Amino acid sequence: MIESLIKSDNAELTQSTKKGSPVVLSTRVRLARNLVGTPFPERASSSQRSDVMTKCAERIADLTQMKHGAFFDIAELSDLEKQVLVERHLISRELCEGGSGSGVFINKDQTCSVMINEEDHLRIQFLKTGFNLRSVWKQIDLFDSNLEDGLDVAFSQEFGYLTACPTNLGTALRASVMMHLPGLVISEHMDKVIRAVNQLGITVRGLFGEGSDATGHVFQISNQQTLGESEEEIMSRLGSVFKTIIDHEINARFKYLEENRARLLDQIGRAFGILQNAHVLNSNEAMNMLSLMRLAVDFEMLPENNRSDVDRLFIECQPGHIQYAAGEGIEPEARDLSRADTLRGEFARLPALDFDKVNNLG
Amino acid sequence: MAENLKCSHCNNPATVHLTQIVNNKIIKVDLCESCAQAKGVTDPEGFSLADLLSKTNLTPENGEPQITCPDCGLTTADFRRTGRLGCAACYQSFVPLIRPVLEDMHAGTMHKGKVPHVALSRQNSAAELQGLENALQRSIAEEAYEDAAKYRDQIHVIKQAAEVEKAEAVQS
Repeated sequence: MIESLIKSDNAELTQSTKKGSPVVLSTRVRLARNLVGTPFPERASSSQRSDVMTKCAERIADLTQMKHGAFFDIAELSDLEKQVLVERHLISRELCEGGSGSGVFINKDQTCSVMINEEDHLRIQFLKTGFNLRSVWKQIDLFDSNLEDGLDVAFSQEFGYLTACPTNLGTALRASVMMHLPGLVISEHMDKVIRAVNQLGITVRGLFGEGSDATGHVFQISNQQTLGESEEEIMSRLGSVFKTIIDHEINARFKYLEENRARLLDQIGRAFGILQNAHVLNSNEAMNMLSLMRLAVDFEMLPENNRSDVDRLFIECQPGHIQYAAGEGIEPEARDLSRADTLRGEFARLPALDFDKVNNLG
Repeated sequence: MAENLKCSHCNNPATVHLTQIVNNKIIKVDLCESCAQAKGVTDPEGFSLADLLSKTNLTPENGEPQITCPDCGLTTADFRRTGRLGCAACYQSFVPLIRPVLEDMHAGTMHKGKVPHVALSRQNSAAELQGLENALQRSIAEEAYEDAAKYRDQIHVIKQAAEVEKAEAVQS
């Protein structure tokens, strides 16, 4: 069912023609919305859930931003198809567990997805590559306003948008960026950063795995609090914290390069060799190697237009995508072979690492 | 800055300050030395702030109010079990349980952001219309025809305004 989506040549996260930016892979904002007069999904009967689905689907299909989009009924997707959509950040694990009446709208370039009957009746998400809080907010704000013109949204003057979980009240807005932080991880400053931003009501999670040494050094950083601050306040606070983290990351990279040049170049060189030659690669190892390749692009050792290739491979090397590409029912060991094949093919096409560039850098 | 925090259990000066992240949210608790001991906080294996909180701040000493939402039937016990509300109307019934936890959970307790003006004004005028329709039926039943005429005119005005709004929306 999801084939057209995977084969699309116009998907924001995997087919971006933009060069991407150092540190920030992507920005996303999500809003939770519920309809008045119907219990939240968890307490709704299956007929109430399908009523919500019908009402929302009619309205969403009408919106110009959803033109040429696709709709998927969760009950009709295979487990593997769901996993692929999760890996692309288009749906949540919670939606996968959703029973009848759960579904998702995804727009043409996969920058917008609207989940129906997840924890809340509606979970709207917009995402973009790079660091783009303002423009993503503008888009989702417009989409939400258009949606609200035709749907009776549950709202109270005191608590704002009413959500199933009180942790989402108020703006019901979660803004997050996906950050690549190898400098902070390698120099062992990540714990400190996580503790510091936690104090500011900001959450840090490893994207692939948990804790401060997340696989691939990719972290999702987002606001925890949604009530008591306006959308603009939340985003400007987040924005300045994000900028600080980016600065710290860049500093950590150069400091590490200065103090451990041979060691760092060795790690990058070996990773490149493994990606070009390995025949068995599990997903953790692949993510860690790809992380070093992204760093190599940022250090100008690889051409800048390869950054979006690395970002695409971060997604395409995850277990669901590897299985999907190989056809159903492929065993974990076979997946590791298939992943290595893919990466060898991709990295065979790249020019050799330009170590001189780094020697001129710092 | 120097804020004398009190133990959330016994009001003695708090010397133990805990921060933990549970379900993606920060939970903070201040305890005095003896309460910290008693709660097993010093045992890093066997304690969770979420449990601690649910037994302190969330539960008033004199037993918490047993609430049932008239719309969806959610009870206090349901809310405690899942941490989630059942429907929009729950937020009216469960206010006594929700307000106290919001302060720990969020930056403030009053919404400051976007307001869905269009949806709200539509909901309000729908409610107003329904009220007028009811009044109209009542006055017809009571043979109060002067009142009935008045209500009928008011209904007419609201419906016309809605038509105009609709037409404008289509054009834009």
